[in-house]
Amino acid sequence: MNKAKVILGAALLGLVAGAASADTLDDVKKKGFLQCGVNTGLAGFSSPNDKGEWTGLDADFCRAVAAAVFGDATKVKFTPLSAKDRFTALQSGEVDILSRNTTWTINRDTALGLNFAGITYYDGQGFMVNSKKLPGITSALQLSGAAICVQSGTTTELNLADYFKANKMEYTPVVFEKFEEANAAYDAGRCDAYTTDQSGLYAVRLQMSAPDDHVVLPEIISKEPLGPAVRQGDDKWFDIVKWTYFALLNTEEAGITQANVEEMKSTENPDLRRLLGVEADTKIGTDLGLTNDWVVNIVKGVGNYGEIFERNVGTGSPLKIARGANALWTKGGLQYGPPIR
Amino acid sequence: MSVRQWKGNDMATQDVLPAGRSEKVSLLYDPRARSIFFQVLIVALLVLGGWWIVENTLENLRRSNIQTGFAFLKGRAGFDILTSLIPYSSDSTFGRAIVVGILNTALVAVTGIIAATIIGFLVGVGRLSNNWLIRKIATVYVELFRNIPPLLVILFWYQGVLSLLPNVRDSYSLPLSSFLNNRGFYLPRPVWGEGSWLILVGLVLGIIFSWFVARWARARQVETGQQFPVIWTSVALILGMPFLGFVLGGFPLTFDLPQKGTFNLTGGANIKPEFLSLFLALSFYTAAFIAEIVRAGIMGVPRGQTEAYSALGIRPSQGLRLVVIPQAMRIIIPPLTSQYLNLTKNSSLAVAIGYPDLYAIGGTILNQTGQAIEVVVIFMAVYLSLSILTSLFMNWFNAKMALKER
Repeated sequence: MNKAKVILGAALLGLVAGAASADTLDDVKKKGFLQCGVNTGLAGFSSPNDKGEWTGLDADFCRAVAAAVFGDATKVKFTPLSAKDRFTALQSGEVDILSRNTTWTINRDTALGLNFAGITYYDGQGFMVNSKKLPGITSALQLSGAAICVQSGTTTELNLADYFKANKMEYTPVVFEKFEEANAAYDAGRCDAYTTDQSGLYAVRLQMSAPDDHVVLPEIISKEPLGPAVRQGDDKWFDIVKWTYFALLNTEEAGITQANVEEMKSTENPDLRRLLGVEADTKIGTDLGLTNDWVVNIVKGVGNYGEIFERNVGTGSPLKIARGANALWTKGGLQYGPPIR
Repeated sequence: MSVRQWKGNDMATQDVLPAGRSEKVSLLYDPRARSIFFQVLIVALLVLGGWWIVENTLENLRRSNIQTGFAFLKGRAGFDILTSLIPYSSDSTFGRAIVVGILNTALVAVTGIIAATIIGFLVGVGRLSNNWLIRKIATVYVELFRNIPPLLVILFWYQGVLSLLPNVRDSYSLPLSSFLNNRGFYLPRPVWGEGSWLILVGLVLGIIFSWFVARWARARQVETGQQFPVIWTSVALILGMPFLGFVLGGFPLTFDLPQKGTFNLTGGANIKPEFLSLFLALSFYTAAFIAEIVRAGIMGVPRGQTEAYSALGIRPSQGLRLVVIPQAMRIIIPPLTSQYLNLTKNSSLAVAIGYPDLYAIGGTILNQTGQAIEVVVIFMAVYLSLSILTSLFMNWFNAKMALKER
C-alpha cells in the first residue's frame, strides 16, 4: 500500500528478529556489497540521474567506503529512505551505513543508538520564499503568520518551532513525510515559505517550475552538521567509516586526485607514501581491517573530498554552492582530517 | 463441530470392540490423549515463540543502546501540528501530540463515515432508479471510484482539485463572508455571547418534546389508526425551541469574520485543504462500496414484499420506507461495518498529503525519539480500539434492527 509502511515494517521485523550483527565489516564482505541508506531525491546529495545511477555527495561517500572495503567503488546498493524511516532502517540492520544528509545531534548519538562518523557537510537551516508572490519579504523575521512547508521527522521541523517561538511569531506548519511532497505543495502555493537546510533549498529551487522566482532568505537559524552514521556497538566498522572520511580530507590536503593517484604512489615524500600505503611494512590498512592500498582505492574510485564536493554541489554542478565552511582548514574552512599515521 | 463428530466415530468403533480390549489401548493411540498432547504442544510453541521474539528484541535494543519503555511520552514534543482539536503547542508533551493525532484520525473517520453513508445510500438507491440518466450516473460513479486505489483518490482531491484553487489574494468570495482558496475554506466563526446557554436549553427541550410527541402519536395511531405529522412537528420543535432561547437570551451571537492578513486570511474558522481532501476522498471512495451494499440489500428483499404492499394499497414511497428498507437493513448492516472499518484504517493514508493524523504524528515522534517499537504498539492499540468501538456500535445497531421474533 504505502512504501514507507513496507520499509518501516521490514525494518521493525529486522529489529525484532535480530538481523543486526555485531560485525558489520564481516557481513558486508560476505554479502559482497555495501547497503547504503540515502535520501529519496535531494539534488547534489543523493538523487538518481537519468541513467538511474545514484549521484551526489552522500552517494559518493558510500562509494568511497565500498572502495575502501572492496577496492571497487561500484559495490554499493542504495536504499532510498524518507526522513522518518531512516533511523529504524539503520538500527535494524536494513542498511550498513546511513549517508542521508542527517544532522548530528546528541539525541541521535545517544538515545537513538547511532554513531556519527564525521561531518561531510556543514550546513544551516534557512527559508525560501516566492519573490513573485511575496515581493516585500527579505527577512525570515517578516514571516509571522505564514504557512511553511517542512519535512516531518527532521531537526528542521524542531528548529522551525523553536525559531518562531523565540521570536514570538505565529505560523502554520504544513508537514510532509517526503521531500517530493513538500516540494510539490510549496510549488503549488500551499505554503508561503519552504524551510530546510540551505544546501537543500538551493537543490529544491532547481526543481521548482520557475526557479528564478524563488529567493533564499539570508537568515540561518540553526547549525546542521550533516554526516554519515552507523550503529553503536561496532567500533571496527565505525573506525572504517570515520577514517574513510578522514582519508578523503587528507588526500585533498595532500593534493592527491583521482587523476594523479597512480603516479603519486612513486613519490619520495614519506608522508604521502604512508598515506597511500606504499611505505615498507606498513600496517595502517590491515589494522583497520582493510588492505594497505585502501586510500588509493578510495581516491581511484571517487576522488578526494574536494573533487566529490565540486562535482556534486560545487562549481561543477548546477547547485554552484561555494566551499565556505566546507573548505579545508588550510583554506579557512572547518574540514580537518586527523593525521593518518 | 469436527471434534464432536470425531468423538462420535470413536464411540462407534469402541462399541464394536470387545469391552475388555478398549482398556488396553495404548496412550499413544488414544485420540483424546493425542488431541490434548498436540494442543499443549501448540500452546507451548506459541508461548516459546512469543518469548523468543520479545527476548530477542530486548536484547537487540540493549545491544544497540536504544532505550525502551513509554517514559518518552512525557518529554517535550518540540514540533508544531497543523490542526488540533485540543490546545497544543511545541511545549506540549509527546503524549499530548499522540492524543492530537488520535482525535484528528477520529474526526476524519467520523465525518467520513457520515458523509460516505449519505452518499452511498443516495447512489445505491440511484442505481435502482427507473430513471435512465440517474441509473447510469450512479453506475459510472460506482465503477469509477471502486476501481481506483484510495491513495490516488486522495491525491486527486489534494493535487488535482484543491491546489488548483486561487491563492489567498484572489480568493473566491462566497456568500455569508466565507472564502475559498488554496489554503482551504474560511468561514465566519460564531462567537457565543452571554445568555447563549438558553439556546442549548431550547435544543435539549426540543429533542425531549419531539420524543414525547412521537410516543404519543404512535400510541394514538395504534389505538385509533389516525396519523400525526410527527416529522414536521419534530423539525419545528428542534429548530423553534433553540430560536426561542436565542430571542430570550437577547440575540447573544456575533460572528468573527475572516480578514485578509499579510499572508493568509486571519480570523474566522479555517477548514484546511489537507482535511478537506482526505475527507472528500475517503467519503467518495467508501461511498462507492456502500452504494453496492445498499443495492444488494434492496435487491435482496423478495419481490413479493413489494407486490404485497402494493396490493394493500400502500404508496411506493411509503412502502419503500416501511416495508423494503427495514428488511434491506438487515442485509446491509453487517457488510457496512466492514466498510466503516476500512474507512477508519484508510485514513492513515493522510500521511501522503500532510494531514496530521495519528500515523503522521506518530511517525514524527518515532523519528524524533527513535522509539519504533513503542510507537508501533501505540498505533496498533489505537487502530484496534477504534475498530472494536465501531464494531461494537454496529453490532448493537444490528441487533436493534434485527427481525424481532415473537
